[in-house]
Amino acid sequence: MASASTITAEREHYLNADYGFRSWLLTTDHKRIALLYLISITFFFFIGGFFALLIRLELLTPQGDLVQADTYNKLFSMHGQVMIFFFLIPAVPAVLGNFLVPMMIGAKDLAFPRINLLSWYLFIVGGGVMLYTMLTGGVDTGWTFYVPLSTAYLGTHVVLAAVSIFIAGFSSILTGLNFIVTIHRMRAPGMTWGRMPLFLWSNYATAIIQVLGTPVLAITLALVGLERMFHLGVFNPQLGGDPLLFQHLFWFYSHPAVYIMILPGMGVVSEIIPCFSRKRVFGYEFVALASIGIAVLGFLVWAHHMFVAGISLYSAMVFSFFSYLVAVPSAIKVFNWTATMYKGKIYYSTPMLYAMGFIGLFTMGGMTGLFLASLGVDVHVTDTYFVVAHFHYIMVGGMVMAYLAGMHFWWPKISGRMYPEAWGKLAAMIIFIGFNLTFFPQFILGWTGMPRRYHAYTPEFQVLNVLSTAGSTVLAVGYLLPMVYFLWSLRYGKEAGDNPWGAAGLEWKTASPPPTYNFEETPVVTWEAYNYDELPEEVPVVG
Amino acid sequence: MSDSSQALATHELRHHFEDMEQQRDASSMGMWVFLITEIMFFGGMFMAYLLYRYEYFQAWQEGSQHMNFWIGTINTAVLICSSLTMVLAVLAIQQGRRRLTSVMLAITICFAITFMVLKGIEYHEHWLAHEFPGSAFHFAGIDPRHVEMFFVLYFVMTGFHALHVLIGIGLVSTVLYMNSRGHYSADYHNPIENVGLYWHFVDLVWIYLYPLLYLIGHHHVG
Amino acid sequence: MFPNFPIWPVRAATSASNLDALFIFLLLVTGMVTIMIFILVTLFALRYRHDRVEKATPILGSLALETTWSLVPFGIFLIFFVWGAVIYFGERTAPADSMDVYVVAKQWMWKLEHADGQREINELHVPVDRNVKLIMTSQDVIHSFFVPAFRLKQDVLPGRYTTLWFHAIRPGTYHLFCAEYCGTQHSGMIGSIIVMNPAEYEAWLSGGGGEGSLASTGQKLFQQLGCGSCHRSDTQGRGPNLVGVFGKPVLLEDGRTVTADENYVRESILNPGAKIVAGFKNIMPSFQGVVNEEQLLSLIAYVKSLQGSQPGGIVSNRPAVPNVSVRPRVK
Repeated sequence: MASASTITAEREHYLNADYGFRSWLLTTDHKRIALLYLISITFFFFIGGFFALLIRLELLTPQGDLVQADTYNKLFSMHGQVMIFFFLIPAVPAVLGNFLVPMMIGAKDLAFPRINLLSWYLFIVGGGVMLYTMLTGGVDTGWTFYVPLSTAYLGTHVVLAAVSIFIAGFSSILTGLNFIVTIHRMRAPGMTWGRMPLFLWSNYATAIIQVLGTPVLAITLALVGLERMFHLGVFNPQLGGDPLLFQHLFWFYSHPAVYIMILPGMGVVSEIIPCFSRKRVFGYEFVALASIGIAVLGFLVWAHHMFVAGISLYSAMVFSFFSYLVAVPSAIKVFNWTATMYKGKIYYSTPMLYAMGFIGLFTMGGMTGLFLASLGVDVHVTDTYFVVAHFHYIMVGGMVMAYLAGMHFWWPKISGRMYPEAWGKLAAMIIFIGFNLTFFPQFILGWTGMPRRYHAYTPEFQVLNVLSTAGSTVLAVGYLLPMVYFLWSLRYGKEAGDNPWGAAGLEWKTASPPPTYNFEETPVVTWEAYNYDELPEEVPVVG
Repeated sequence: MSDSSQALATHELRHHFEDMEQQRDASSMGMWVFLITEIMFFGGMFMAYLLYRYEYFQAWQEGSQHMNFWIGTINTAVLICSSLTMVLAVLAIQQGRRRLTSVMLAITICFAITFMVLKGIEYHEHWLAHEFPGSAFHFAGIDPRHVEMFFVLYFVMTGFHALHVLIGIGLVSTVLYMNSRGHYSADYHNPIENVGLYWHFVDLVWIYLYPLLYLIGHHHVG
Repeated sequence: MFPNFPIWPVRAATSASNLDALFIFLLLVTGMVTIMIFILVTLFALRYRHDRVEKATPILGSLALETTWSLVPFGIFLIFFVWGAVIYFGERTAPADSMDVYVVAKQWMWKLEHADGQREINELHVPVDRNVKLIMTSQDVIHSFFVPAFRLKQDVLPGRYTTLWFHAIRPGTYHLFCAEYCGTQHSGMIGSIIVMNPAEYEAWLSGGGGEGSLASTGQKLFQQLGCGSCHRSDTQGRGPNLVGVFGKPVLLEDGRTVTADENYVRESILNPGAKIVAGFKNIMPSFQGVVNEEQLLSLIAYVKSLQGSQPGGIVSNRPAVPNVSVRPRVK
């Protein structure tokens, strides 16, 4: 059979338009920058994942016998820092968002392509400093850098780690800035706000959080660094400061940060469900406004991380109330996605399997959030494995699955190739099973009292820990599979064609892979989003 | 519009924009969004300041009495004047008066450098008076730990502000250079406007810092 | 349940029973919702599988549904919120008859001291069916006092006191864990709460101590450090009379009124200039570096023990005008 590469080689597109390192490292094409990010964040994902495996291996036995206590503390600290700042926060916006936002609105590029490239370089520099920190001894502050531990009681590379995240934070801010201006100013004629795909609404909401929240993290980390270097007392009670001030400043960013991580994933799911149900999203306006609602309300709940930290009774009640309020728009989204499937025409493609898995696992994670928002319950389960399980359900069961859903859905557009569908489905199922086996036992561990960040634990917790570790090995296999078959598909995958899924959206109206300037002519939009009633009923590719 | 400026405008149009108007709107909006991030950045420091001031007001008063009132006041006047010359620079280029624009931009830079020099003198004074936080700090009055906290916030807030002034000097110098090479005209001068926005923001931050740091308790005087 | 495979922590205090009721309610409601979503998604995926459906039915939305599934969940959330807040409020308000135990946390151990002088390390013996209030501080970083069997947790901070109270209902030995990451041996900072029958507790109490009560230790220190030369028990002192002060409101020079709790007393010893009592001058020296955390706790216990007959109201004794003090002299 003729190699697919001979066919695509005939047409010029963004991948073959120019060759050589300089054309990639000095590119301003948002699609190439997206791929640069893809490679970088995948690298960090596997580093963070490696740390996770070591953690789970240590926790097979109650004693701390695999690594020393200090090493273990470094492992969970760096696992968190790498996964949050160098994988989850950039993942969907910087890879899928960068690639798709201009295409979805019918533009040739983002508003500021050179700033986009700068964003990537900042990410690389921040990542480089983090790597250097790891290789020269690591840091053991926890990803939360609580004071005065991190400012006055640790001898590790606290300042370096803070600097690396500070730099990566600016990468995030610039991406957000770029998206906001692009979505406001560069929509194609006819593409009103009400006709935008929900992926754009989600990324827009995310960008608002990135722009407003990340600077506060920057100043907080700067103060931690200055305090440590000059022995100041901003947060140290022995020198007149207040350790709770740090927590307020830190969580003011870090709570909205979790919405930076999940909103883009929700946007991906909002694209996939209608495509593989062959109908419009149920309640489009509600889903769109729910994204904005989550972004706004997400700024009002930060002290729910501090219910036992020593805040006043009354402020605790206010934050608990708002935490329940912010759960409502997420619930609205879940119900709308489910309702979209009602009377649809459902195709079980790999992206759809991941999206359905997202709905289930995000719901579980969200439900357990309701436990944590309740003051009395939180007193018991905060700082235990219950919280660890909660956020991994949202971040891994939710976000990572949404990211994989998006990668599979848009892989044909990005590469021009189809991944092998059978392997895709297999990996999705392995991940789903491995994930639940890893993290469900942790709810029980937390409820029965096992604290988090424990190198060694009391013996009664062993059985559930062993189950969790077993699950993590299954999960690891599941994550390795797409690495392998995506690479395989670059050479041997079936050629995809412009629109293998028969999907709505401007990005599917151009070639796969797209030409450098995305569209031959600027599209003029005269139709509503998700016009599946006007598109073919069948999904051409998937049986 | 004249042929040469039309050619200039087309030359400046970036490939992903439809027209100059879209480019101008986008770049202005970009600068405004960036300034909002700066508000949040300084906002964290202001929050810390306000919280500690509420808790330790007397120490804050003490610390403020030890500020150099005259340098602070002169610097405020200097920055406000620099904002004026910046506005005049933008007005000048809007009228196509390139030489006047360069003059105004240059005066702005002079004011900014004056600000930095005065700041440097001020910092040096504090250093000599053992008012620099850390191991060198020594204060003989009441509540020295919290007076030190006041100075921490003073140095952090004015330090980051000074950093922004420095960056501003770089930006204004850049557009001054570009203007002298003829890149701007009445029809295209967006970068100067954006730098102007940035500069006004830097000035505005100082206008908040000045009373909060220099004028606590000064209502008793005079 | 199974000793090596617990799925529910034991209930050893009133706080545990209170919380478990809410937790079970949460489990039931969220469990039902989760199962419902799982069922619907699976059902729709099967029933509307592409080979069983001719064409998808376009449905734009439904305001009625959106309103319902926004307001009903929010209403349920409000129940979770109110119930949780009520429990939290109760947990944060110690009963007046609580017996005090003082806790100093440090990397990586718990030091506890009973009011009558008994000292313990990493263990806390308490009688069953009594209200116990812990007054806690840290010598270094933030720790957290966590007893799963009581469903209680409170961060322990340097530079101030935080409190936690409980009412044990079941004799036994229960885990004490540090629950705020505090460095190398965070997972080693564990201990036990030993709840005893009254008779056993009395026996244990009389078996040790020997140093006298915490308050008497504090009194000795008070005299040793010369506090009494200014803080006289009449209106003639250069410092406020401390009799009956503890727990009452205090008028400060800047017009604020604060409550003289443990944190206030501690701050007044370490940083007297921060809050000056109305009518007094800022002349008290700081004892920062002179007294450690345990000594501070003993001084606080002593001040607490200074109960004269107290009328209510704001304390602001002014030595400049003799006998303006509203309290009678106490011997």
